[in-house]
Amino acid sequence: MIPAAFDYVRPESVGEAVGALAGAEAAGSEAKVLAGGQSLLPLLRMRLAFPDLVVDVGRIPGLRGVRDDGDALLIGAMTTHHEVVADPLVRRHAGLLAAATATVADPAVRHLGTLGGSLAHADPAADLPAVALALDAELTAVGPRGRRTVPAREFFTDYLTTALEPGELLTGIRVPKYDGWGFRYEKFSRTAQAWALVGVAAAVRCAGGRIAEARIGLTSMGPTPVRAAAVEAALAGAQAAEEPVAEAASAAAEGTRPAADLSGSAAYRAHLARVLTRRAVLAAAGPA
Amino acid sequence: MTTAERPAPAVGRSHPRKEDARLVTGRTSWTDNLTLPGMLHMAVLRSPMAHARIDRLDLTAVRERPGVVAAFGAADLDGELGSLPCAWPVTEDIVHPDHPPLAADEVRHAGDPVAVVVARDRYAAADALEAVEVDYTPLPPVLDMEAALADGAPLVHAAEGTNRCFDWPLASGDYAAARARADVVVTRRYVQQRLIPNAMEPRAVLAAPAATGADEYTLYSATQIPHILRLMLAVVTGIPEQKIRVIAPDVGGGFGSKLQVYAEEALALVVAKRLGRPVKWTESRSEGYLATHHGRDQIQDVEVAATGDGRLLGMKVDLLADMGAYLMLVTPGIPILGAFMYPGIYKMDAYAFHCTGVFTTKTPTDAYRGAGRPEATYAVERVMDELAAELGLDPVELRRRNWIGHGEFPYTSVAGLTYDSGNYEAATDKALAHFGYDALRAEQRERHERGDTVRLGVGVSTYTEMCGLAPSRVLRDLRYAAGGWEAASIRMLPTGKVEVITGTSPHGQGHATTWSQIAADVLGVPVEDVDVLHGDTRVAPQGMDTYGSRSLVVGGVAVHEAAVKVVGKARRVAAHLMEASEEDLEFTAGTFAVRGSPEAAKTIQEVAFATFTGHDLPDGMEPTINAGHVVEPDNFSYPHGTHLCAVEVDTETGAVRIRSYVAVDDVGKVVNPLIVEGQVHGGLAQGIAQALYEEAVYDDDGNLVSGTLADYHVPAAPDLPDFVTDRTETPATSNPLGVKGVGEAGTIASTPAVVGAVVDALRPLGVTDVRMPCTPERVWQAIQEARARKGDPA
Repeated sequence: MIPAAFDYVRPESVGEAVGALAGAEAAGSEAKVLAGGQSLLPLLRMRLAFPDLVVDVGRIPGLRGVRDDGDALLIGAMTTHHEVVADPLVRRHAGLLAAATATVADPAVRHLGTLGGSLAHADPAADLPAVALALDAELTAVGPRGRRTVPAREFFTDYLTTALEPGELLTGIRVPKYDGWGFRYEKFSRTAQAWALVGVAAAVRCAGGRIAEARIGLTSMGPTPVRAAAVEAALAGAQAAEEPVAEAASAAAEGTRPAADLSGSAAYRAHLARVLTRRAVLAAAGPA
Repeated sequence: MTTAERPAPAVGRSHPRKEDARLVTGRTSWTDNLTLPGMLHMAVLRSPMAHARIDRLDLTAVRERPGVVAAFGAADLDGELGSLPCAWPVTEDIVHPDHPPLAADEVRHAGDPVAVVVARDRYAAADALEAVEVDYTPLPPVLDMEAALADGAPLVHAAEGTNRCFDWPLASGDYAAARARADVVVTRRYVQQRLIPNAMEPRAVLAAPAATGADEYTLYSATQIPHILRLMLAVVTGIPEQKIRVIAPDVGGGFGSKLQVYAEEALALVVAKRLGRPVKWTESRSEGYLATHHGRDQIQDVEVAATGDGRLLGMKVDLLADMGAYLMLVTPGIPILGAFMYPGIYKMDAYAFHCTGVFTTKTPTDAYRGAGRPEATYAVERVMDELAAELGLDPVELRRRNWIGHGEFPYTSVAGLTYDSGNYEAATDKALAHFGYDALRAEQRERHERGDTVRLGVGVSTYTEMCGLAPSRVLRDLRYAAGGWEAASIRMLPTGKVEVITGTSPHGQGHATTWSQIAADVLGVPVEDVDVLHGDTRVAPQGMDTYGSRSLVVGGVAVHEAAVKVVGKARRVAAHLMEASEEDLEFTAGTFAVRGSPEAAKTIQEVAFATFTGHDLPDGMEPTINAGHVVEPDNFSYPHGTHLCAVEVDTETGAVRIRSYVAVDDVGKVVNPLIVEGQVHGGLAQGIAQALYEEAVYDDDGNLVSGTLADYHVPAAPDLPDFVTDRTETPATSNPLGVKGVGEAGTIASTPAVVGAVVDALRPLGVTDVRMPCTPERVWQAIQEARARKGDPA
């Protein structure tokens, strides 16, 4: 498994990285950003991707770590999954992200793979894009024209495709604090290390035995991660009990376009989405 | 020395594996770790299509690429490479097409080699493959076995005029009569999905001409069979056998996939010869998925006839076995090994078996852990469950009514095998006690009555299998081209240390440890004083290698017998030195002493040194106490056991979770319990993998779509339960150690236990089968279909 030849640079700063990416863009060549390498390297080795240039951002200072920013957390794009899972701020204020990240692949991958890398790769079968979407995270990118922030709802545009421009580098993720919300990531996969057939990321705020608000992101239910909007609407104000939640969850597959592959048909994925959404919401709404 | 002072024997102890430190750290001689001066790297261009005519192959541009030293197509090596061998043509009139190491005119499966490129490094070789120009005209793929046998089907080998490779029948008793007098007949079809072996170490080969420039070659290969490989490479390449040395360095697993003579081994050898330089090839995992042989892939139509009280009268099996595109080393023999195992541990009067081998445009099949026996065991154990359900009997009780009683051994089965020993009652009773069978059945009923969405199921597998493979004359009768013997020799070094040379070729089994234990006990030396040499045709010149759980029952016995001969020779020297008669010497814990006067003694180490000097030996005695022995087995050996599995099935999602698993195996006398335990655990994992996870899937064009580990689901530790393992110990009577072999038992036993449990959980819902692997979607689908049949709401 040997990649096709490519040029390689390892910039020391965000500016340098953006320069390299923009330069490649201007030259009409394709550049790929190497973060933790857990998705890109297999693609290169299987010769499914043929970039001319690989920009390794692993040595850029300041892209790693979690910071408290008042009503939100700022997570550096190069923060590894392992660091996210272990981070006390994430665990306290964004438990859904910690819980979902703990299910990513295996420990070796979690020590190398990064949150920003996973989101920028935008594989709809990966766990974290749906979580970012459910949590209404915002993604910060730096490009030749400066810094901009993209809401998660606008970030994932198609299969393995994001709103990032070719010259842009994802530098951080802003996750609002979900203090007092219940959460659950229901992941269904063929083996513990496999990609999710379907995953349901649910965050639920309850008040007085009723669901006040619910945010639900679905993994592997289309070319991009999707919000289960119909379920969220049906849950607002519903009793946090089996029957009303099941009723609401029956809309989980509405508007989705799940793929059919060796692990499951589209119809089966739709069925799983309904079952897992019910379970995720009930667990999220359950006693904390 | 009194009996009480004797050191505890090494055999039977969980001696830590001597070889593990280097194996688990990888700091060892894996073939891909080897580098020789001037070494070149070979890459193989493979067919991207299942079936196509090669209209043009142009290597001109490739040869011009930087770093490329040479490139070869079939025409470039014409006359230097014969057909790859099949050593098991199971019938006189078998259709046995040529299997060229490089396809010349036609490719017949995705991955069929078309050309090789040799370059200074493996990067240049891999890049150069993209520059090879090949024009193909697609031909129709042949994928479905039943369609392949139909009139007018497209042919894999047009010149043969048929896709039917062979028909192989076995009949015993009058099945039609048995069926006619039966109260109940149960007929089922089971599909043994195609599996892809996943040894931890991929295949690798390094062929090196002699540094002297002489026409001699050393071939390092990650193989299970250095001895057979040497012979076969001599046949395929025409290089005289004595000019080829094959070394299997440390090899990281095989499971049958390295019991093979592969195109890349022959190609590396002739290319190294042509270029006069060492040539290495290492497969990638996804390349191996296409190029390394596959396992299983059979369709089984099984029928049992029984009386109303559950006594088996007869069994009929019609088998379709997918050969893939070519016959490899033992491809056709795999289903035939299974033929003898369908009756399992059960008594019956009639058995009718028929196997049809079929060519398809897929990667060839061949031995994969169990090789025919897991398939057979699956069918009989599953159909026993169905018969029990039909009769309303507990599946364990049905088995009790039919199995061979402990007092009935030796027992000749309806398939003609003579089982020398066994105790199915003891193994089953022990397994039931560990399992808590009655409590689980009670919980199962309770969940059913409650309408729980999570159902409990219990699966039973009371298996036997055949190891040792086999008396040479039996192999002759089965038309297998080689014998079943195994060789060992023992060198007593002047310092009293010991070298055991074995013809077996371990690739993870731990022979360095177990053979040391066996030799140490016979010779009365510490285990640490024994080293085991293997896997090099120049060091261990005689051997039949490692597969089919044969190593201990044949090769381990050979070590034992060679050691006994050493002691016999040493006794003669000791008696001479002590001026005593041999009959008066006692040999205990490595010391010869005259019976009744223990102060006069000679250790075996002293005898070894005295023999080395040769100064004072008996008249006419050769100055050596070294000895060798070649064992010709009397019979197969027959491990058996009872496995019980409890699963929870989530009827909403179809997910299966193994809740508990009990394996009680009877592998006869145990040399090293730790190693036996490891073999059972690994075997269970592989059998469970077939039941729940793994499947090689081809699309309608014949592309392997489960082409990487991302799509071919090999379970890992988090997917597997804690195993409860235990043993009964009924010694084999066919060898002096009483051993039976353990390499495949776990795989053979576990698959039906797991699927049986899944079906058992869902039977109250109307499910009678779930096709393997029992993926969540298949389980869920089976529930939906059963509900639809019963008119229940989904």
